[in-house]
Amino acid sequence: MKPDLFEAPDYYNLDDLLTEEHKLVRNAARSWVKREVSPIIEDYAQKGAFPKHIIGGLADIGAFGPYIPEAYGGAGLDQISYGLIMQEIERGDSGIRSTASVQSSLVMYPIWKYGTEAQRKKYLPKLASGEWMGCFGLTEPDYGSNPSGMTTHFKDMGDHYLLNGAKMWISNAPFAQIAVVWAKDETGRIHGLIVERGMDGFSTPETHNKWSLRASATGELIFNNVKIPKDHILPNKSGLSAPLGCLDSARYGIAWGAIGAAMDCYDTALRYSKERMQFGKPIGQFQLQQKKLAEMITEITKAQLLTWRLGVLKNENKATSAQISMAKRNNVEMAITIAREARQILGAMGISGEYSIMRHAMNLESVITYEGTHDIHLLITGLDITGFNAFK
Amino acid sequence: MKILVCISHVPDTTSKINFSEGDTKFDTNGVQFIINPNDEYGLTRAMWFKEKQGATVDVVNVGGPETEPTLRKALALGADGAIRVNTPALDGFAVAEQLAKVVKDGAYDLVIAGRESIDYNGGMVPGMLAGLTDANFVNTCISLEIDGTNAKAIREIDGGKETVTTALPLVIGAQKGLVEESDLRIPNMRGIMMARKKPLTVLEPIEASTETVSVKFEKPTPKGAVTLVSPDNLDELVQLLHTEAKVI
Ligand SMILES: Cc1cc2nc3c(=O)[nH]c(=O)nc-3n(C[C@H](O)[C@H](O)[C@H](O)COP(=O)(O)OP(=O)(O)OC[C@H]3O[C@@H](n4cnc5c(N)ncnc54)[C@H](O)[C@@H]3O)c2cc1C
Repeated sequence: MKPDLFEAPDYYNLDDLLTEEHKLVRNAARSWVKREVSPIIEDYAQKGAFPKHIIGGLADIGAFGPYIPEAYGGAGLDQISYGLIMQEIERGDSGIRSTASVQSSLVMYPIWKYGTEAQRKKYLPKLASGEWMGCFGLTEPDYGSNPSGMTTHFKDMGDHYLLNGAKMWISNAPFAQIAVVWAKDETGRIHGLIVERGMDGFSTPETHNKWSLRASATGELIFNNVKIPKDHILPNKSGLSAPLGCLDSARYGIAWGAIGAAMDCYDTALRYSKERMQFGKPIGQFQLQQKKLAEMITEITKAQLLTWRLGVLKNENKATSAQISMAKRNNVEMAITIAREARQILGAMGISGEYSIMRHAMNLESVITYEGTHDIHLLITGLDITGFNAFK
Repeated sequence: MKILVCISHVPDTTSKINFSEGDTKFDTNGVQFIINPNDEYGLTRAMWFKEKQGATVDVVNVGGPETEPTLRKALALGADGAIRVNTPALDGFAVAEQLAKVVKDGAYDLVIAGRESIDYNGGMVPGMLAGLTDANFVNTCISLEIDGTNAKAIREIDGGKETVTTALPLVIGAQKGLVEESDLRIPNMRGIMMARKKPLTVLEPIEASTETVSVKFEKPTPKGAVTLVSPDNLDELVQLLHTEAKVI
């Protein structure tokens, strides 16, 4: 793997819109990724393994629940800081960012927002420090875009609940200590339950042979008559809007993260275009390559502005789910297009593990599917502007 | 032991350097600033004294409010307090005079400054500061140990090293080697959170005289275009070296 020479593009001086603390947090994450992620990530992705040894470092830079209040072990930062951390981690690798997104937005967030004070005290500090890792079980083999159809369910047995069913495509599942699992009660209403590794009847087989997010561990959650203590239910919200609230937070982070992947591809391709000589000139002197690079920086700049504005709205508690969908959809497509174009600028080198581009391109195939597919986010915008539901 | 680390706020090494106002001012537009690398080696060594020998560590900068993020980063890295002397850093002597006042008022035992800052590369401040505060001085310092009021330091000299012993109060000019690049720290979230609560004191400057004035800056002339000569064409190469490059 080549040394990481990344220089972040900021064509419209958007740094001027950030506070001193935003930049401190962002630059710390940026330096950490350069030092700890870039040198090892290609190897782990090729092996198809998650680099567990970086969990402590992720916690140190605030990747786990940066917006969770300090009283629960978080950093009490704002939403733009959260976004910037996700951007920097995904600049390194979408798989590592996935681990951080899941921990922050899909595990810590629901415990913080929907849990009891005892649950917050028990879980959040350990999750913030990375001592415990979590996963989030919503998707099932037969219910992906349509989670309301889920069949995982639990029964009230008086002094405990009995959980049965299976979840699929669950990030962090193979090593997580806890799972926030969405399941239906006897009336068909969706609730969140905290399931701990070691509970009888609970297993987490790993999903192998992915061509995407290879440095992130993905698995199934299988519940076979798992006894869940009653104080493991998240009492303060139920119904589909509960998991969707978590997804809003994660999708917001992904919108930032995708910019990171795009910046890395652009920066790599730009540098390569100045160094690679063909026909006696650097390939960056040819108009076709300039068109690609110029369009990339234009799209990155637009996405940066869109996402910064979304961050401001999120800080003011005004960002709507539909606005978040628009940014997730736009930015991931922007990143995947840039990854593909950047890969071509590098010619054959573009497919090699010497450079990060092909890994980003493959990773983004998952990112464009999970947390609501590209199509589903478009339908959300469609519903929002027309008032007509085109899902069914 | 009270340690003061002098922190310069300098452009990142990857910045594109431009000058404005008829080449008399450095153009800061779009430039990212960092802790001067030599100062960062010094700060990292100071943190070692804090953690292993219970020293207290303050950081100081002479400059405008735009340098505060750099001081805040030093606090996030573990410094106990920060001081900014609110005046532009006009020349080495004026900066040394401002720093001397801070050193005397704070009764610091050890002052760590970078051997030079990577922006103007003056390399004068640590020596002048030692002179102005009647302290001992070790420049190009690549190792420092303190035992009570005794200090043992190693200096880099041309082609070798010199070990010296001296006593506090002491000023050193720090550089790479005092700690290694791999020892440099990245602020962690806990450090960033704690930095919010640490004091950053702004002091008004004393009357200080500048002895030099910057008149004009110039960038090195850009490298010319490369002419490629085929390996079969040695005659052409000799001809070009003679008539174009005029080196033979
Ligand atoms: C690497 C990875 C990690 C993941 N991690 C997690 C996790 O941690 N937790 C979790 O719960 N899930 C996770 N997922 C699952 C992910 O959220 C789902 O894959 C996603 O929601 C899509 O579901 P599906 O794969 O079943 O596709 P489907 O829903 O079957 O969709 C197939 C295709 O049909 C389209 N489609 C579906 N419905 C409509 C419609 N109404 N109109 C038009 N088109 C439609 C979709 O856009 C898509 O193109 C992960 C997935 C991957 C790949």
